[in-house]
Amino acid sequence: MSTAAPEKKEKVVQPFDYNKYLRPNKLPHIWCPGCGHGIVLKALLRAIDKAGLQKDNIVMVSGIGCSSRTPGYVDFNTMHTLHGRALPFATGIKFARPDLKVIVITGDGDALAIGGNHFIHACRRNIDMTVLVYTNATYGMTGGQYSPTSPVGSTATTSRYGNIEPPFDTCEMAKASGATFVARGTAYHAIELEKTIYDSLTHRGMAVVDIIDACPTYFGRMNKFKSATQMMEVIEKENTVNIKQADKLPPEKLQGKMLRGILHKVEKPEYCQQYEEHVIKKATSKE
Amino acid sequence: MAENKKKLLQGNEACVEGALYAGCRFYAGYPITPSTEIAEGMSVRLPRVGGKFIQMEDEIASIAAAIGASIAGLKSLTATSGPGFSLKQECLGYACLAEIPLVVVNVMRGGPSTGYPTGPSQADIMQAKWGTHGDHPVIAVTPSYVQEILSETVRAFNLAEKYRTPVIVLYDEIIGHMREPVTIPAPGELDVVDREKATCDADDYFPYDERYEIAPLAPFGAGYRFHVTGLNHRKDGFPTNDPRQIDLNNRRIMRKIDNHREEIWKNEETFLEDAEVAVFTLGSTARSARFAVNKAREAGIKAGLLRPLTIWPFPDRAVTELSKRVKAIIVPEMNLGQMTLEVERCSKKADVIGIHRVDGEPITPAQILDVIKKHK
Repeated sequence: MSTAAPEKKEKVVQPFDYNKYLRPNKLPHIWCPGCGHGIVLKALLRAIDKAGLQKDNIVMVSGIGCSSRTPGYVDFNTMHTLHGRALPFATGIKFARPDLKVIVITGDGDALAIGGNHFIHACRRNIDMTVLVYTNATYGMTGGQYSPTSPVGSTATTSRYGNIEPPFDTCEMAKASGATFVARGTAYHAIELEKTIYDSLTHRGMAVVDIIDACPTYFGRMNKFKSATQMMEVIEKENTVNIKQADKLPPEKLQGKMLRGILHKVEKPEYCQQYEEHVIKKATSKE
Repeated sequence: MAENKKKLLQGNEACVEGALYAGCRFYAGYPITPSTEIAEGMSVRLPRVGGKFIQMEDEIASIAAAIGASIAGLKSLTATSGPGFSLKQECLGYACLAEIPLVVVNVMRGGPSTGYPTGPSQADIMQAKWGTHGDHPVIAVTPSYVQEILSETVRAFNLAEKYRTPVIVLYDEIIGHMREPVTIPAPGELDVVDREKATCDADDYFPYDERYEIAPLAPFGAGYRFHVTGLNHRKDGFPTNDPRQIDLNNRRIMRKIDNHREEIWKNEETFLEDAEVAVFTLGSTARSARFAVNKAREAGIKAGLLRPLTIWPFPDRAVTELSKRVKAIIVPEMNLGQMTLEVERCSKKADVIGIHRVDGEPITPAQILDVIKKHK
């Protein structure tokens, strides 16, 4: 007869039920092996779950590109719009129905090149929505052209002799344009990203999350990366520093590195609320 | 019955009255001459009825926001002119394919390019039809009087909601800025069509259900979680590469308009019963034409006028029938022959004579009367 060991209380971690938020019959997705878009999607779904958002009340809007295919796979009210135009479509939806939660999925080319004007003005209005910019420095869907975030000197099918255009810093642009929540994450730091997206979803106002998410198929191959994982380690891990650790590091260690985490958060009047409280109120007052 | 309100209104102001009468609750726009008064009017009037007005960063964003508001359930409007209408074309195609109701007003000014912003033209007739790429359905209504801008704007909303498609209200700068007495119709006096509601279970809902000619469009946030895309799609709204599905949907969106041309067409006929020479024209040019036809009748010439209030789909049948009865059809238009081409296509026997003007000045009754006299 063996002596019963005292029962060890193990915390049983239930696997997260992604299918609750997916349209499983629309899978497999179109993303290449090694692409981080799936990691970002999973972080987003966990954040949505944590925020307690209801599927019927979520509207996901995207533009055109690899990341913009995301809405097709999720069980929300979903709208795949035109190249660069996700933000104005989303603005119309949110303004018409301020009670709905609007999430915009866009890429760096979609948001900052063809949609650059919409991006700065959506930030300026501070309309309540979460915008996830998947930054891979590439036009993946069209086969690997340079984008507004491609580093100087990088190679693409349209910069065979090295890119000569300086890249945008998405977060600096969002902040300067008036977004009230600006953050950066990477697909490599998936747990941290989930937390960052959660914070963006619970912010009231324009929340922009720049997500560094390398493209191994085009950017990786053309810029001599060895593998998708090596690419993530270099671009997403080694090239970034969490803002909380940045203070402790000497300036030389921060040289050329991108900051992760919440980079800017302020409370300012939200657009739809302002419209109700100022425009409608004044227009309907008897005076 | 309450006496209807009579007001002295500019054409663009009448458009605002029409939109509000039709139940429009969303406007997104960008300033552009000569349509800006519509944005200004909507910015004042919409908030009074709890509606939403937003001035967007450009013309593209304006129509995109209006489409977004429409899928969220509001009757939506955007207005523009020539260059702005060019910029809106990509989104117009999106609304055609995604089948989202919308009204777009284009107050026509001189072109091409920046052209003559304060001068009238009728040179966007073909842009209204072919401006966006791909085969697509088009409905465009063409008022001639300020009162008619009101009633045709209401009709445009009705057609947009009924056929789940963008509808263009096309008029020239002359009537856009002209002031005339307008009677504001009492509630119920004009038909107002609201969007058909989805009533089925969410699991049975397909936004492009082939069992319907035009499936009901559920607004976002009503419990029907569905997908919308500008890609060729299946009945459930998801993209497809299946040639059969692509063909089916591309033909269906055309057929839903073609099958109802009788209901969408609207023509005004003046003195056509015994006419030997007819004038075919629209917008402010039809006002000159009516004057010219009256003068011709006074001079004993059997002249008549066919005035389309729907230019797209083109009134093929009316023109073909007319061409069998008259010797000549005169087509005055403030462009270099856009409608004339269509009339030539439909005309079986009659000679087709265009009168064209692109100097930013209206076509005068005298110009039309001269041509009537030559072809009596």
